[in-house]
Amino acid sequence: MHITQGQFSFLPALTDEEIRVQVDYAISKGWAVSIEWTDDPHPRNVYWTMWELPMFKIQDGAAVLFELTACRKACPNAYIKVNAFDNTRGVESMVMSFIVNRPAVEPGFRLVRQEDAGRMIRYTTVAYSTDTPPGTTHV
Amino acid sequence: MNTQSGGRITDIKERYKGGVLKYKQMGYWRPDYEPKDTDFICVFRITPQDGVDPEEAAAAVAGESSTATWTVVWTDMLTAYEDYQGKAYRIDPVPGTGAGTDKEAQYFAYIAYDIILFEEGSIANVTASLIGNVFSFKPLKAARLEDIRIPAAYVKTFKGPPTGIIVERERLDKYGRPLLGATMKPKLGLSGKNYGRVVYEGLTGGLDFTKDDENINSQPFMHWRDRFLFCMEAVNRAQANSGEIKGHYLNITAATMEDMYERAEFAKSLGSNIIMIDLVIGWTAIQSISNWSRKNDMILHMHRAGHGTYTRQKNHGVSFRVIAKWLRLAGVDHLHAGTAVGKLEGDPMTVQGYYNVCRDSVTKQDYSRGLFFDQDWVDLRKVMPVASGGIHAGQMHQLLHLFGDDVVLQFGGGTIGHPAGIQAGATANRVGIEAMVKARNEGRDILNEGPEILKAAARWCKPLEQALETWKDVSFNYASTDTPDFVATPTAV
Repeated sequence: MHITQGQFSFLPALTDEEIRVQVDYAISKGWAVSIEWTDDPHPRNVYWTMWELPMFKIQDGAAVLFELTACRKACPNAYIKVNAFDNTRGVESMVMSFIVNRPAVEPGFRLVRQEDAGRMIRYTTVAYSTDTPPGTTHV
Repeated sequence: MNTQSGGRITDIKERYKGGVLKYKQMGYWRPDYEPKDTDFICVFRITPQDGVDPEEAAAAVAGESSTATWTVVWTDMLTAYEDYQGKAYRIDPVPGTGAGTDKEAQYFAYIAYDIILFEEGSIANVTASLIGNVFSFKPLKAARLEDIRIPAAYVKTFKGPPTGIIVERERLDKYGRPLLGATMKPKLGLSGKNYGRVVYEGLTGGLDFTKDDENINSQPFMHWRDRFLFCMEAVNRAQANSGEIKGHYLNITAATMEDMYERAEFAKSLGSNIIMIDLVIGWTAIQSISNWSRKNDMILHMHRAGHGTYTRQKNHGVSFRVIAKWLRLAGVDHLHAGTAVGKLEGDPMTVQGYYNVCRDSVTKQDYSRGLFFDQDWVDLRKVMPVASGGIHAGQMHQLLHLFGDDVVLQFGGGTIGHPAGIQAGATANRVGIEAMVKARNEGRDILNEGPEILKAAARWCKPLEQALETWKDVSFNYASTDTPDFVATPTAV
C-alpha cells in the first residue's frame, strides 16, 4: 500500500534537494510554508499535527529543511507533509501540499460496508494504523 | 423637428404622435450617453440587412431588447421611459468585414441597460431581455452577443457557485496541481456493473474524478439507480485503495425537476460528493439545483451540452464567454470551458478568456482573449474550468502552460483507450501531470522542455511510455471558427 495524497505521490520520493527547490518556489510566490505529520492517513483526516507554526516571510528553503529534519527525527515512522499557504484575498487556502516522509510499512485501509434496506450500502473507510492507540505502533 | 445628436426627437408631442418612427428617433441611439457603473453593458456583433443604416440597426437592437415595439405607444408616457430604454451608444466596424473585404459589413454595437430592467438573482430574466426577441429581428441578418459587463450591484444579487474552487480543494484535500478526470466510455450501452468497473479502474489508477457523459440518464441498458449504486461502490473501493478522496460525477439530468431532485437526494444518501447536470436543462433548473447543492454540500458539475448550437459561429448567437458569466452567477462549480488542443472547437486565446471569466476575482479587459470589459466579480466564488475532449498525456505541458493548476483535465479516450488497460491509462496521466508540475515549480521552461520531461518520466513509468507512444501523432489542428476580431494597438516598447 502506498497512499497517494498530495502533489507528488506518483513520483519517486523527493530528495531533500528536490524538496528544497519546491519550497523555494513557494517562497518566491510569497506563500507561507508549514510542516504537518500524522499516523492517521485517513483521506478525511484534514487536521494533521502541526510541527511548529507555519513559517511566514521566510527567506529560503533551508529553514524548512532544518525543521523537516527535526520532525523526521522526532517521528521517523509517521506521514509528514510540506504545505504552502497563499493568503491572497479570494484564495486564503493551501496551494501546495506533498508528502515527504512515510512509514516503512504503509498498512492501508479497510473498507467497511454496512448493508441497508433496498440495495443501499453505507461505506466506512478505516485506517489500519488507527487500530492501536496513537503513537504505539507506527510512529 | 426638435432633435438632439443622433437624431433623437426630444419634443414630446412629436415623439409620441401615433405612427411609426425610426428607433434612432425614439431615443435608442444615444452617442452622447456615458454608461453608469450600475448599468449592464452588452456588445452585440450585428450584420444589418442591405441598406439598413448601422446606427439604426444598433438602435433597433437596443429597442427590441428593452422597451420598444414596432410602433409608438402613448403608454410609455406613464413611465420614466428614458430609464427603461436600452441605449446604443457606440458602434465600431468589425475589422476584416465590409468594403474592401470578402465579408459583409459587421459592427460591434455597445448598448447600456439600466439595472431596473432586471429581476434580482434571475438569469432567466436577464436572458429573456437580452437574447429574447432581438435575435429574430428582420432588419438584422444576424446578431451575436459577444460580451457583457454585469454591474457589481447585480452580481451581488447571486449566491454563485455552491462550492467554488477553494472549498472544493479543501474538501478533496488536493492542492497545487490540476485535478484529473475521465469520462466513461463507451458512453452508451454499458450495464451498471460494467460501467462501475470502468470507474473503479480509472480512480484506482490515479484519477481524482470520473464522469458520466452528458447523455447518460436512465436508459434501458442502465437505469439511474443501478448506475449510482455501482459507481459509489467503485468510488469507495478506490478511496480505500489509495487513501485519497475520489468522486464520480453522477449525472442527475432528467425530464422534470422532481426527477432531478429525487436523483440528487439518492446521490447524497449514497455519500457522493458531486453531482452533474447538463446545460440543456435550462437556466431556472440550473439555479434550482444550485440552491439544492449549496444546502447539501454537493459539488455541482456542469456539462455544456448543446452550447455549440449557438456559441460557435461568429456572426450569430451568444459567445461562450457570456454563457460562462451567466453560469458563474447562476452557480455551478465545474464548467467545461474548452481544451484549445483537443478535438473540440476552441482558439487558445479565446479559451483562456473563458478560463479568466471562471477563475478571476476581477476579469480585465483583454481584446486578444475576446474580453471587451473589466468585470468585477465582487468576491463571488470561482468556477473550476474543465478541459475535456480529445486530450492525452503527450499534451500535458501544453495543458499546464495554457491553464495552470486550477482546472480539471479530463482524459476519456486518453485513459480508457490505453493499450495496457484503464488503470495504466490513469497512472500515465497522473505521473505525467505530477512530473510536469514538479518541473514547472523547479523553474523549467515546460512549454519547450515538456516532451523531454515526459520522456524522462516514461523511463521509469511504463504506462506513460506506452501512452506517449500510442498517441504521439494525435493532434487536432483545424482552424477555429470563433476567434477574437480586433486590431492590436501597437504599444511603445
